[in-house]
Amino acid sequence: MSAQHALLEARGIGKSFFGIPALDEVDFTLGRGEIHALLGENGAGKSTLIKILTGVYRRDRGTIALDGNEVSPEDVGQAQALGIGTVYQEVNLLENLTVAENLFLGRQPRRFGMIDRRAMREQSKALLARYGLNIDVDALLASYSVAIRQLIAIARAVDLSGKVLVLDEPTASLDANEVKGLFSVLRQLREEGLGIVIITHFLDQVYEIADRVTVLRNGRLVGSRALSELPRLELISMMLGRELQHITREHQAEPETVDERGAPSIRFQNYGKKGSVAPFDLDIRPGEVVGVAGLLGSGRTETAFLLFGIDRADSGTATIDGAQANISSPEAAIASGFGFCPEERKTDGIVGDLSVADNIVLALQASRGWMRPISSAQKRELADAFIKSLDIRPADRERPIKFLSGGNQQKAILARWLVTEPRLLILDEPTRGIDIGAHAEILKMIERLCSEGMSLIVISSELEELTAVAHRVVVLSDRRHVAELSGSQLTTDAIIEAIAGTGRTEAA
Amino acid sequence: MHVITRRLRRLAPQLIALAIILGVISLVAPGFLTVSVQNGRLYGSLIDILVRAAPVALLTVGMTLVIATRGIDLSIGAVIAICGAVAASLITEGYSLPVVIAISLGVGIACGLWNGVLVAILDIQPIIATLILMVAGRGIAQLITEGVILTFNDDTFSALGSGAFAGIPIPIYLWLGTALIVGLLMRRTALGFLIEATGINRRAASLAGVRARFLIFAAYAISGLCAAIAGMIVTADIRGADANNAGLWLELDAILAVVVGGTSLNGGRFSITASLIGALIIQSINTGILVSGFPPEFNLIIKAGIIIIVLTLQSPAVMTLLGFMKFSRRRETLTHGTKEATR
Repeated sequence: MSAQHALLEARGIGKSFFGIPALDEVDFTLGRGEIHALLGENGAGKSTLIKILTGVYRRDRGTIALDGNEVSPEDVGQAQALGIGTVYQEVNLLENLTVAENLFLGRQPRRFGMIDRRAMREQSKALLARYGLNIDVDALLASYSVAIRQLIAIARAVDLSGKVLVLDEPTASLDANEVKGLFSVLRQLREEGLGIVIITHFLDQVYEIADRVTVLRNGRLVGSRALSELPRLELISMMLGRELQHITREHQAEPETVDERGAPSIRFQNYGKKGSVAPFDLDIRPGEVVGVAGLLGSGRTETAFLLFGIDRADSGTATIDGAQANISSPEAAIASGFGFCPEERKTDGIVGDLSVADNIVLALQASRGWMRPISSAQKRELADAFIKSLDIRPADRERPIKFLSGGNQQKAILARWLVTEPRLLILDEPTRGIDIGAHAEILKMIERLCSEGMSLIVISSELEELTAVAHRVVVLSDRRHVAELSGSQLTTDAIIEAIAGTGRTEAA
Repeated sequence: MHVITRRLRRLAPQLIALAIILGVISLVAPGFLTVSVQNGRLYGSLIDILVRAAPVALLTVGMTLVIATRGIDLSIGAVIAICGAVAASLITEGYSLPVVIAISLGVGIACGLWNGVLVAILDIQPIIATLILMVAGRGIAQLITEGVILTFNDDTFSALGSGAFAGIPIPIYLWLGTALIVGLLMRRTALGFLIEATGINRRAASLAGVRARFLIFAAYAISGLCAAIAGMIVTADIRGADANNAGLWLELDAILAVVVGGTSLNGGRFSITASLIGALIIQSINTGILVSGFPPEFNLIIKAGIIIIVLTLQSPAVMTLLGFMKFSRRRETLTHGTKEATR
């Protein structure tokens, strides 16, 4: 009927925050039955564009047409009513309600003015069956994995809206199988004529699932192309505005065996905690990068929590330079010269309302104690030095850190530890959810730090990344350290074999 | 210079509200703004506001810190009663002034530490944790006074409430001095910064090595200490300890003062100065209604009305509205600035 119109057509969208343009003259067209990837580095304006389309922000300029009719969603509810539904990175459902309640929140089926629980249950089951989900809809949402919650969120969004589905980093916390499941659902929705916008950092997935791609850079449109005729290198250069250099591979040119690096300065022996990680041995030498690999739930993060004293070990000893160390709290770990960049940046990392500078000096100030404040001149100097050396953008030390993009927040957290000049820095998923530009920079920095003699523990689910930066990789499976690979053994295949060797552990 | 303008901008809403309220009262009640000297002591409604504000202002200092940690302290009204009862009973038993003051302050700090244990160690929600002492505190005070209003006649102690030094009433010295010392302690050391970090994101702060428990303890202890000083002023002023009514509901005025001062109940960034102006606003309203001759039964309603107006003016919605005008202006200077930079 309205086939001459695209499903969703945005023209000349502009938006500024505090006088600083975030989007400038951006066009975006989404067809029916199309999966459209929206790509760009951190701060390119992807989120801003999505938030304008879904009614979170109001645009300053431009037009949005849905089915050829101009629309101006003023809030998320209106956008939903118009047909535009969103599923955010941090799935926006309520954990303390049941699956059915989540699906029908705010529009529960009623009978005589009361909520008709039976109808709600039946409808929920029918709704989820379309997505191949056969679960207990009366169970609390919290009892399901992220992957299932995501499908539930999608089911709710599609049911509410039904024309456009926006997915912000839907695969960030899914394992390979779960991604497969999600993609088959997306393909099914595409068949049904939905327009799907997907933001992701995984280029493989873009090529696997998307039909078209729109690339933004610094708030401007770089281009919109069909993926079938867009080589990967060209896509990356569209995103970066420069040819990507082969940064990650250099390291392999200098294979080193463990013994060359001398005696370990930090040793964990028989270190473990019941119900968290089985006792393990771990030696760390100065200037060494130790990778930690394993599936989600294999004990990766738990290992980091033990090493940094967030969880207390109930067996084993830690020795630093031959002397026994008692790492019973983060303060103790920091006093021993450790630093830790957590995986959950928002909840465990940043102190949102404080400025970038305050966030950078926080760990140093904490270790100095409250009686020896860092002077504001000193703080300015430290912050500016690290904003410059890590290329944190925008280069404004007074800006509250919550307004920075994920990659820049991550750099600021890194800076927080670098100012304390740690001897061991533990990085849990340092490159998760950040764009390839910042990704490459962080990998480069890891190499530079270890060449300066700092030891690093890098936990990552990207095996390529681990084999590229780590001298040694510890493999975890089923909350146990199952293998340690180094030298020529250190390949992605070997890691996968080591994980598979003890059987798969991660249940849905 | 830059710092001063930034601070003034932060305090502007509170200062403007205070000025407007004082202005309106002076229209209704002529002579409201006159300050005279009698017997070498300052007199006048403005001085009266500063003196009467002392208990709430003191509580506000501690409450600001507690709220900055994302907590709340409902017990301080009761702590006033406890410390007042302790002071009064010690006086009647003939202890010397320094001993009375030291023990009263110590009891206040102990009350704060008790709250600290419940909140920081046992992780009880602050509103519940401090509710315990809010209720039990008056009982403790009644036990100390043995159920009567414990009166005394000691001119040196009662000078804390009604005396004057160099023409200025002593309560003014006490609250200004306490606020100054606590303010300096917060901003000249890293305490304020670390408390803000803890209040905004306790987990992230702890993972960065911030000793969140200690800071929460410190905030509640200071709150207890401030309540103890307020308790002595109240007791000295009436020359007696009234376990039932001393400091009654003052914790609510203190919370209101912090909120009027613009510190978020969600914790984080705080300004003791702004909270104190909030306390002065509340006391100005109290005194203003009194001197302008309204029937006293209107007092609470008028006060509520004015507070609603002040809070509305500070609300995010109105601020964004004002912000739009401000930012469009700043944007001009910004583009202007970049032009100059590129030149």
